[in-house]
Amino acid sequence: MDKPTYNTAIVRSFIHWSLLWGVVAILVGILISFQLVNPNLNLPPYFTYGRLRPLHTNAGIFGWAIGSFFALYFYMVQRLCRRPLWSDGLARFQLYLFNFTIIVAAVTLLMGFTQSKEYHELEWPVDILVVVLWVIFSINILMTIFKRKEQQMYVSLWFMGASLIGVAILYLVNSAAIPVSLFKSYSAYAGANDANVQWWYGHNAVAMVLTLPPLAIFYYFLPKSTGVAIYSHRLSIVAFWSLVFMYLWTGAHHLLWTPIPDWVQTLAMAFSIMLIAPSWGSVINGYLSMNGQWHQMRENYLVKFLILGITFYGLQTLQGPLQAVRSFSAFIHYTEWVPGHVHMGALGWVSLVLFAAFYYLAPRIYGRELYSIPLANLHFWLVLLGQLIYSVSMWIAGVQQAGMWHAIGTDGSLTYSFMESLVAMYPYYWVRALSGVIYIAGVAVFIYNLAMTARRGKPLAPAVA
Amino acid sequence: MYGSWEIKPSVFLALAAAAILVGTVVTMVLPFAWINTEADRIEGVTPYTPLELAGRDVYIREGCNNCHTQTIRPLVAEVLRYGDYSRAGEFVHDRPHLWGSRRTGPDLARIGGKYPDAWHYQHMADPTSMVPRSNMPAYAFLNAREVDPELIRRKMGVLRFPYTVEQISGLRGKTEMDAIVAYMQKLGTGMEQSVAAVVAAPAVAEENPFADDAQALREGADLYRQHCVACHGAQLQGGIGPSLNALGMGDADLFQVIFNGIVEYGMPAYASLGQERVWKMVGYIQSQQD
Repeated sequence: MDKPTYNTAIVRSFIHWSLLWGVVAILVGILISFQLVNPNLNLPPYFTYGRLRPLHTNAGIFGWAIGSFFALYFYMVQRLCRRPLWSDGLARFQLYLFNFTIIVAAVTLLMGFTQSKEYHELEWPVDILVVVLWVIFSINILMTIFKRKEQQMYVSLWFMGASLIGVAILYLVNSAAIPVSLFKSYSAYAGANDANVQWWYGHNAVAMVLTLPPLAIFYYFLPKSTGVAIYSHRLSIVAFWSLVFMYLWTGAHHLLWTPIPDWVQTLAMAFSIMLIAPSWGSVINGYLSMNGQWHQMRENYLVKFLILGITFYGLQTLQGPLQAVRSFSAFIHYTEWVPGHVHMGALGWVSLVLFAAFYYLAPRIYGRELYSIPLANLHFWLVLLGQLIYSVSMWIAGVQQAGMWHAIGTDGSLTYSFMESLVAMYPYYWVRALSGVIYIAGVAVFIYNLAMTARRGKPLAPAVA
Repeated sequence: MYGSWEIKPSVFLALAAAAILVGTVVTMVLPFAWINTEADRIEGVTPYTPLELAGRDVYIREGCNNCHTQTIRPLVAEVLRYGDYSRAGEFVHDRPHLWGSRRTGPDLARIGGKYPDAWHYQHMADPTSMVPRSNMPAYAFLNAREVDPELIRRKMGVLRFPYTVEQISGLRGKTEMDAIVAYMQKLGTGMEQSVAAVVAAPAVAEENPFADDAQALREGADLYRQHCVACHGAQLQGGIGPSLNALGMGDADLFQVIFNGIVEYGMPAYASLGQERVWKMVGYIQSQQD
């Protein structure tokens, strides 16, 4: 019993709050999906699509994803370093500041205080709160690593450390602005420069927030769930360093055919294709770790979530580079295909891995066995179905939309007016709204299962914890 | 056994930061030397006036960029639909840029001057009254809000845009609706509007090739409902645009007006529909003459 006493309470609190913000993100997402088919659901001035959509994305990224990463980083870092958290007090303060920031973010976005940059809408005072949060979080994690009791840093710690640095660099550079009043500022960059900086930030937020942290979680929780080590240490080294190096070159694939220099676009396109290799390095590492263990897909519900999660990561990192090719981008950019792509990553890859980690932690944070494995399976199938309907319907919609936009008659005239292309989207928009309802049903089952675990789960034998 | 970076966090963090910074410097820092230089300058592109800036900030506040892009790509269909492709020099005064990433609604990079002010006032307040089946939210509440001249003056100072005292005092009593319409009318006008949307075709016929074609007449009526009703009324009685009930125009002249538009009167060009569809509209309009 020389095990150090880990701080589990802070992990539990962050899980609860991130789940709450996740539910908010999905509910707002469902609302805006219905607004797209019925504009009467817009309630100006505060609840129009234009103000709610940033609330949806910010609640999803900052509330659900980053909130969950706070929880899981705190959990993993203690065990990988074999010592308690460097500062419990700072972590507790971070929890309060996190929730305060999310609430302020939601209120200010609804009031229309926005920098308008995608995934960086929060105005400068809220930006400062985000920076303070990230700094105290980073200090706590890094000090725990520096004062660790384990010599080697496991793979997950590399992904965690790199994400801490990456987010800091991206966020600070992209938030440079000149304040005019308490909630209005103007970007430090103008025009095409501003666009290039923004998408360097925007795409690498995908790297540093929606790729590295979930990979850290995957590398930790897959072996924990299966009881079998990761297939290749060397492969994880190669995949990690090439991923961190290559990602930063690709931002301009969001700006193909726009007035930024061609060479920047070409580099972005080339590196996007090359990124397939390190991305699939992790996918293959995950698959090969399952050698002789594939029967666990049937027997161990945790493995289903993790392997489907990494599979969607694999699909995402094939589809993304495809979209980064100039010719395909010319066709598909600005259409509904893109939200289909984004949500495969958000609902498939990131969320499935988070669900798995939370299930794994449930007995450890509540001291009880999971209330119901059948309910966990129901949750799995509902969110899988919701996500697939969302993505597939939007891919089909995007192809049709692009086809209508680009259709030209023999006399060189446009075949369809813009409105005809929008009206053609309405059936798909209905399907998308339905997919969100299915997804939230799955999440409701998940939360019910956790709540029942906390209240009625069988107490654990003292050995487990 | 292990690389030193695997057991020394400081070494690891330094290497990770270096890996992140290489691509950052090349693709984010270096382009500053290529963008917004003298080579990008376009003579007619001027900073926003106080009223236009106020409108731009309303556009930002309402999140219009979540559905509308402001950059036209050099692709055939895109240039036909929206006008000449965007140049870097057109955006030098834009902080932040508003290029957007999705087109739930149409691109607005060259919306300026396409429609008369009255069209925008009505469309903003009640989009479906102008564009049936549109899913744009209604922004009538902008009519009830006045702009704040003092705040705008401060903003002009921060952005170092030139302005006159008259311009600022002229803002008194202006609504946010006035502002956003002014901004709409500014968009894309800094460049010669070389609208490439004139469909190359052999010389236009002198008379309507669909003269006695009942099917074409029905299609013409449909096209009229889609593209003309908002300004000229369901009974051709007029509204934002003039009445079309007693035109006294020849087919060929009417064709020219619809095909090429009359920019100074706020009549958009419909060349991108192609000659056949314009002839069908001509046929329908002529069939409705008193």
